[in-house]
Amino acid sequence: MTHWRSLTGSVAIVGIGESDLISRSPDKSVLQLHAEAVCGALQDSGLCKEDIDGVFTAGTPVATLTEYLGLKPRYFDGTSVGGCSFVVQIEHAMLALDSGMCDYALISHGESGRSRVGVLSGPPSPETPAGQFEAPFGTYGPTTTFSLPILRYLHTYGIPWERLADVAVSTRQWATLNPRAIMRDPITVEDVLQSPMICYPLTRLMCCLVTDAAGAVVLTTAERAKEMTKPPIYVLGTGEAVEHQMVSQMEDYNRSGAFEVSGSRAFAMAGITHDDLDFAELYDAFVHTPLFALEALGFCRAGEGIGFFEDGRAAPEGEFPINTNGGGLSCTHPGMYGMFIILEAVRQLRGEAGARQVKGRRDLDSNASLGIVHGPGGMFSAAGTAILGNIIP
Amino acid sequence: MTQHGRPLPQPTPETRDFWEGCRRGELVLPRCRDCGRFHFYPRALCPYCWSTSLESVESSGRGRLYSYVINHRPAPGFEDRNPYIIAVVELEEGVRMLSNLVGVEPNPANLSLDMSVEVTFEEASDDVTLPLFKPAGEAA
Repeated sequence: MTHWRSLTGSVAIVGIGESDLISRSPDKSVLQLHAEAVCGALQDSGLCKEDIDGVFTAGTPVATLTEYLGLKPRYFDGTSVGGCSFVVQIEHAMLALDSGMCDYALISHGESGRSRVGVLSGPPSPETPAGQFEAPFGTYGPTTTFSLPILRYLHTYGIPWERLADVAVSTRQWATLNPRAIMRDPITVEDVLQSPMICYPLTRLMCCLVTDAAGAVVLTTAERAKEMTKPPIYVLGTGEAVEHQMVSQMEDYNRSGAFEVSGSRAFAMAGITHDDLDFAELYDAFVHTPLFALEALGFCRAGEGIGFFEDGRAAPEGEFPINTNGGGLSCTHPGMYGMFIILEAVRQLRGEAGARQVKGRRDLDSNASLGIVHGPGGMFSAAGTAILGNIIP
Repeated sequence: MTQHGRPLPQPTPETRDFWEGCRRGELVLPRCRDCGRFHFYPRALCPYCWSTSLESVESSGRGRLYSYVINHRPAPGFEDRNPYIIAVVELEEGVRMLSNLVGVEPNPANLSLDMSVEVTFEEASDDVTLPLFKPAGEAA
């Protein structure tokens, strides 16, 4: 049987799609948004509907999605651990494809995060852990819970609160180069700090957008991918982890254990070092999540992640591009966001990123060839990591 | 629901001791008879060693402020408390609990991490009393 280390480069992303709009679609249901992205991914891959025999999604029950699309896959997965679910599903799809349980895997995400079309939401049921031990104390969405580790983290590493603004400023610079990004005007540190306080220590510009959007990817084995229309984007390393559900149960507010476990396997499988990577797409639900990611993934020591956002280091023309689409902070963010870091990495690796195209770190005449995609699910509850490349190192 | 419409907990069998303790003004925590560790929130088994031999122990109610946020976009039912502090308290027994910090103006200037806090109880309805926290040694 195949050991996971041998799975590196075994599968590739061969098609990507996105909803027509990634801003507001008040006239479209969640399933309609899925359908737009799926059709786009299928067209991009050159495949036909009948080729899809594996379906992966989160947020929408998988059988609801397959029913809507008229699919009857022989392999499916509805792993729902929050925003990183779609990254985790790359790992799951890889296993299914490698074993031949399916030949062409579709991962889809659709969410009417802003317009809430066809979506029922409310407080957690009162008998659940969150209903008993969070909601009675006024928790109200990720701004009030995902934010809880921040002050402990800043305190431990002696980081002034104001430094968090650097993440938002750097990320917005990428958005100015992305015609699809929602917020495209440059911002300053003052703009970020003076924006309305949502839930101290988070001001509005330190928080992600709330949009309606969908995205989808199609994967297959590397052998089949070589015969297809677009250059294969190989999956070189993957990882996943789950640590808790509620933030009050997170073991250590100074670091994400889930990020460490997930990142560790991805790097081990890919067999590359940090210096090999040309860029990173680090899920930015809020300004602190990329910091936790940089540290947990081993790019720097604990408390030093903020250094990546100083002096334009992570910005366009910088030494190590981070969040090149403008991120959840400035590009789009329908509620879960993991699909969009995948899409952006693929565009960069295909050389399709236009004005925001990242060059090779070691070869500035070439486009980027290796990137990492990583993010949380829930409130640092889970994590997913994928290392992607247009080459097999 | 209270007159203010705040969400209230619905106890389940394993959390009953905790919520009934709150009604009595006691912070009761589960402890494992086998490995000796406290855990929170209450479960039917020890999350550390999976033993089902558990006992309920009255806590000192004292702890330190592990972290907090100050929410300016109140949850439904919390509009009259805007803004309010959501705190994660680490109790002397080694467990952490999410609650509200009360008895102090919700301003970062008044709060420091690791400050000593102690439990205080607030009746939220005829059936439910919530454990909140206040700075130690001060009147609620």
